Amino acid sequence: MAADDGTAVRLTGLRKAFGATEAVAGVDLEVRDGEFFAMLGPSGSGKTTVLRIIAGFEEPTAGTVELAGREVTRLAPFERDVNTVFQDYALFPHMTVEQNIAYGLKIRKVPKAERRERAHAALSSVRLDGYERRRPAQLSGGQRQRVALARALVNRPRVLLLDEPLGALDLKLREEMQVELKQLQRSVGITFVFVTHDQQEALTMSDRIAVFNHGRIEQVGTPAEIYERPATPFVAGFVGTSNLTNGFSVRPEKIRILAEGSPAESEHDEAAGTVAEVVYLGESTRFIVDLDSGGRLTALRQNLDADATEVAAYRGRRVLLRWHRRHNFAVVQST
Amino acid sequence: MTTDSAGRRLAGALHRRPRLRLGLLLAAPLTWLLVAYLGSLAVLFLSAFWTTDPFTSDVVRSWTTDNFRTLLSAPVYRTVALRSLGVAAAVTVIDAVVALPIACYTALVAKPSRRPLLVVALLTPLWASYLVKAYAWRIILANGGPLDWALGPLGLHSPGYGLTAVILVLAYLWLPYMILPIHAGLEQLPANLLDASADLGARTWRTVRSVVLPMVLPSVAAGSVFTFSLSLGDYLAVQIVGGRSQLIGNLIYANVTLNLPLAAALGTVPVVAILLYLLAVRRSGALRSL
Repeated sequence: MAADDGTAVRLTGLRKAFGATEAVAGVDLEVRDGEFFAMLGPSGSGKTTVLRIIAGFEEPTAGTVELAGREVTRLAPFERDVNTVFQDYALFPHMTVEQNIAYGLKIRKVPKAERRERAHAALSSVRLDGYERRRPAQLSGGQRQRVALARALVNRPRVLLLDEPLGALDLKLREEMQVELKQLQRSVGITFVFVTHDQQEALTMSDRIAVFNHGRIEQVGTPAEIYERPATPFVAGFVGTSNLTNGFSVRPEKIRILAEGSPAESEHDEAAGTVAEVVYLGESTRFIVDLDSGGRLTALRQNLDADATEVAAYRGRRVLLRWHRRHNFAVVQST
Repeated sequence: MTTDSAGRRLAGALHRRPRLRLGLLLAAPLTWLLVAYLGSLAVLFLSAFWTTDPFTSDVVRSWTTDNFRTLLSAPVYRTVALRSLGVAAAVTVIDAVVALPIACYTALVAKPSRRPLLVVALLTPLWASYLVKAYAWRIILANGGPLDWALGPLGLHSPGYGLTAVILVLAYLWLPYMILPIHAGLEQLPANLLDASADLGARTWRTVRSVVLPMVLPSVAAGSVFTFSLSLGDYLAVQIVGGRSQLIGNLIYANVTLNLPLAAALGTVPVVAILLYLLAVRRSGALRSL
């Protein structure tokens, strides 16, 4: 057994089969202490199963789970120093907000006065002062989410697991909570392992990301590494828009749209084509261009001073696409 | 031009008058409920204020509160009423204690694919005749019967016919009515509440005590409405396995031919008891899960 070496979670050769289907097909992963770590992937990619294995709700078919250097593979959830924020929050409906938050402390026989104090502090840290006596049914989705966070954090776990915690919130609230979660993680200094299918969310909040596909990890890296240098076509396509041209790829926002015959620039690649589709996105516009050389590229342009009618006029127009060569990345076909 | 058939016009007219639509829909069942169900209860209550001719036992429709006076003053009726309430309460408690682990198994522990089959298995005793089941218990409980034989090696013997036997048989008869609501309640319990409890450090028993039991309590109360009222209204089990014990049910049965008004007055006792019980249960919020 390894000693505590700054690794919060270490997964080795993890596999999990449900009947004939293998949800997790060999996962090796290390999450460092204090990290905000995202497990990103489409539904059915095994990311939630891995989270549930770390929490102890599922036992792996093969492989081991170590928490802070201690092997916990066969231990029950209540024997592990982790807490979970569930996708639908899983608040106890028959308890008040304060009773929900103090539940873990009560089980660990923390004295009543300290329990109250810590529950209040936890509520305060998620900006819900004064909600102690409410029932979960009397709270909005965003408030329930915060109570679930407070209920987990009040136990000061070594690792906090979050299963799509923002999935049920509307866009506005989700964006607010992304910032808040990140700040909260920094202030408490607890390792967060976060499951999401939303690439934007993963890029915004995480220190590092593991991209899951078919029960395996395709790539682990910082948001910049994942986005700028995706290791496989799947990662390139799942994180951001895939723009595949003869083995190379370039992100849509790196491409400039110029009039045909613009003077050439050094260190740049270019391709001529016809605008096939214009998608107005409000803050920006997506141009889908059929290239003369075959294939298509998507270019994204900020609507700096163009409006919807002006960009719509681009449909069918001849354009020249140009981008700096350093934005090219090779995508190796994975086996 | 007029493609409108009479049927279409009627449908249109009904669509615009939701109250009329509701009225037509409910007219038949409401009439049945009022006339056949509440009507007979009203007649029962009315006849409790009549009396009988002491020689012919014919009902005489003159108003008197003598029947209720007898009920309240004669100690035998008070004893029997209290004994009946005690039996109903005992049956309810036994059924709740037995049903909880069974329902936990059928709703939480058993494989999801097997759960419907288990529910059917729980329901099968309800398809057998009451009398057959009660007489089967008469045989089981008999002196030197199977229960005596089975308990013999342990130095125990069958309780024989009497109140204990009545409680045993009623608890057996009404058990499915307790299991089903609890099973339904547990099935609606979100699985991740149990995960959350374990995640926060609770061992299995703690989760049962702090999460499962409080959340399933309304279902237990719903089931108890069945076991309590069915036990209070029963008059056959006590005749078959009750020995000489008297419960309110067989007291009513004994009076039906001789003194119908007194039987009716006796009949209001369980009705009132059950109404009071329902009011108490309603306060627990259990009727919402019925």
